[in-house]
Amino acid sequence: MPAVKPLTGSMRTDGEPLDRTAYERDGGYSALRKALKEMTPEAVINEVKDSNLRGRGGAGFATGLKWSFVPKNAPHPRYLVANADEMEPGTFKDRLLLEANPHQLIEGMALAGYATGTDVAYIFLRGEYKLAARRISMAIAEAAEGGYLGKNLLNSGYSFELHLHISAGRYMCGEETGMLNALEGKRANPRAKPPFPPVCGLFGMPTTVNNVETLCNVPHIINNGAAWFRSLSRSKDGGTKLYGASGKVKRPGLWELPMGTTIREILEEHAGGMREGLRFRGVLPGGASTDFLTEEHLDVCMDFTEVQKAGSRMGTGTMIVLDDRTCPVGMVSNLEHFFAQESCGWCTPCWSGLGWVERILRAMEEGGGQPGDLEKLAFQTKFWTPGHTFCALAPGAAEPLQSALKYFRTDFERHINEKRCPWK
Amino acid sequence: MLTPEERAEIEAEFPHYPNRKAVSIDAMKIVQKHRGWVSDDALSDIGELLSMSASDLDGIATFYNLLFRHPVGRHVIYICDSVSCWIMGSDRQCSHLSERLKVAPGETTTDGRFTVLPIVCLGACDHAPVMMIDDDTHLDLTPEKIDRILERYT
Repeated sequence: MPAVKPLTGSMRTDGEPLDRTAYERDGGYSALRKALKEMTPEAVINEVKDSNLRGRGGAGFATGLKWSFVPKNAPHPRYLVANADEMEPGTFKDRLLLEANPHQLIEGMALAGYATGTDVAYIFLRGEYKLAARRISMAIAEAAEGGYLGKNLLNSGYSFELHLHISAGRYMCGEETGMLNALEGKRANPRAKPPFPPVCGLFGMPTTVNNVETLCNVPHIINNGAAWFRSLSRSKDGGTKLYGASGKVKRPGLWELPMGTTIREILEEHAGGMREGLRFRGVLPGGASTDFLTEEHLDVCMDFTEVQKAGSRMGTGTMIVLDDRTCPVGMVSNLEHFFAQESCGWCTPCWSGLGWVERILRAMEEGGGQPGDLEKLAFQTKFWTPGHTFCALAPGAAEPLQSALKYFRTDFERHINEKRCPWK
Repeated sequence: MLTPEERAEIEAEFPHYPNRKAVSIDAMKIVQKHRGWVSDDALSDIGELLSMSASDLDGIATFYNLLFRHPVGRHVIYICDSVSCWIMGSDRQCSHLSERLKVAPGETTTDGRFTVLPIVCLGACDHAPVMMIDDDTHLDLTPEKIDRILERYT
């Protein structure tokens, strides 16, 4: 039986996007027609709840449940935001969905909008995705012409306005409440929660924020049903997943596979294993802000529950592979530099601690490691936890560092004892 | 003064948001698209249109990686320095670029042709190392490939 790939199966192979006609020919917008004609918003939410669709941005929150948090009697206008600010290092999955099939996202957004009673929606796109921006703009115009956006969609009485917002660039914009501030034309600092966005979000109104890949799944769930969606998966979380691999594997890339595919299968069968002469040492399973896993975890299923049990997070599902000729301390130093630079400076453990950690790691790489450094590093990560910070940036920064200290401790010690980087 | 074209483009954004302040980032991006960067004068002019102070706008501009408060070269090279590119040797590509153009990251060449800026992950990690020049992404970089690409930008 050929593999079912609802997200990518209908994409063109020449790199061009599906236009509206091609998308419709492939069953596109039939889910929106069906929902507007035959389903109540509650029925759409229930179908998505039953499908076990979990948020693909990294946190894995149940999508149907998130939608149900907008109170029924909540005021209008209500907002929906598609998080297309793909800035997690090592992550390149939403780019494909945005560039190759923008109508799939638009239909998913219209469905999410209908379910949550949304009046106005934004696609929050990172500034560097220029090709995606052109293609989304074109698709929005085509969708409006087709009656899928704007006033009174397909004569249903439901109206849904959609705009593209192109960011000016900062990792913090990908954080839910930082993104809302950015859309309001402010610095993308996070907001204190509660109140949560479904009650008080964008411009103080009820707001739902979903990742691009999450939204792209919705038309397929509505078309084919929750049971079908669950059956695509090898685990409890429903559907397929876009998995990726980068680093020194033979064939870096992106693959739509059943949710719950093992790390081994992704890295060995799809990515072709390590490059000649190199050995696997570890992997960040889902982007920069996830804990390292090692050889003993290769048979872990990539879903939200199992990766967490193994001590990491599935995150975005795009893996970064560490080989035996690459310095793990250098790699962590690069990661912490990223987090330190992208911190918005709102919370002390983040702006102060990240800068300190960045300096310690850089010194270690340059031969200036000191006895006691490892204790200092471990001490800092204790403050980068929810409750000490407003958002997940610093907790995310803690993950690769704390796990590297656990799995690659001798490499850190060699840097300090030999007063140099042994890989240089 | 904002040009009539800049003003029209900014005003076209107003209906997308419930208030003018929300247009601040778009407005600065529009001005930068026409002038290459956002000057102090431009901040005041945008502020007048949006009923915001120039210092408010400056606080926003300096937060974002892609808004420039200094003049830049005719072409901006964004070279990825994040983790996947680093594993694939972006340090070497970056030093090659610096040597070849005789600038440190963050600087502009003396002929005003290029500004080189390190940038966070560009989301093309399966083709690392990666850079962008203006609107175009360049994949699977090697020093030789960088040399060939640079020739296309005058």
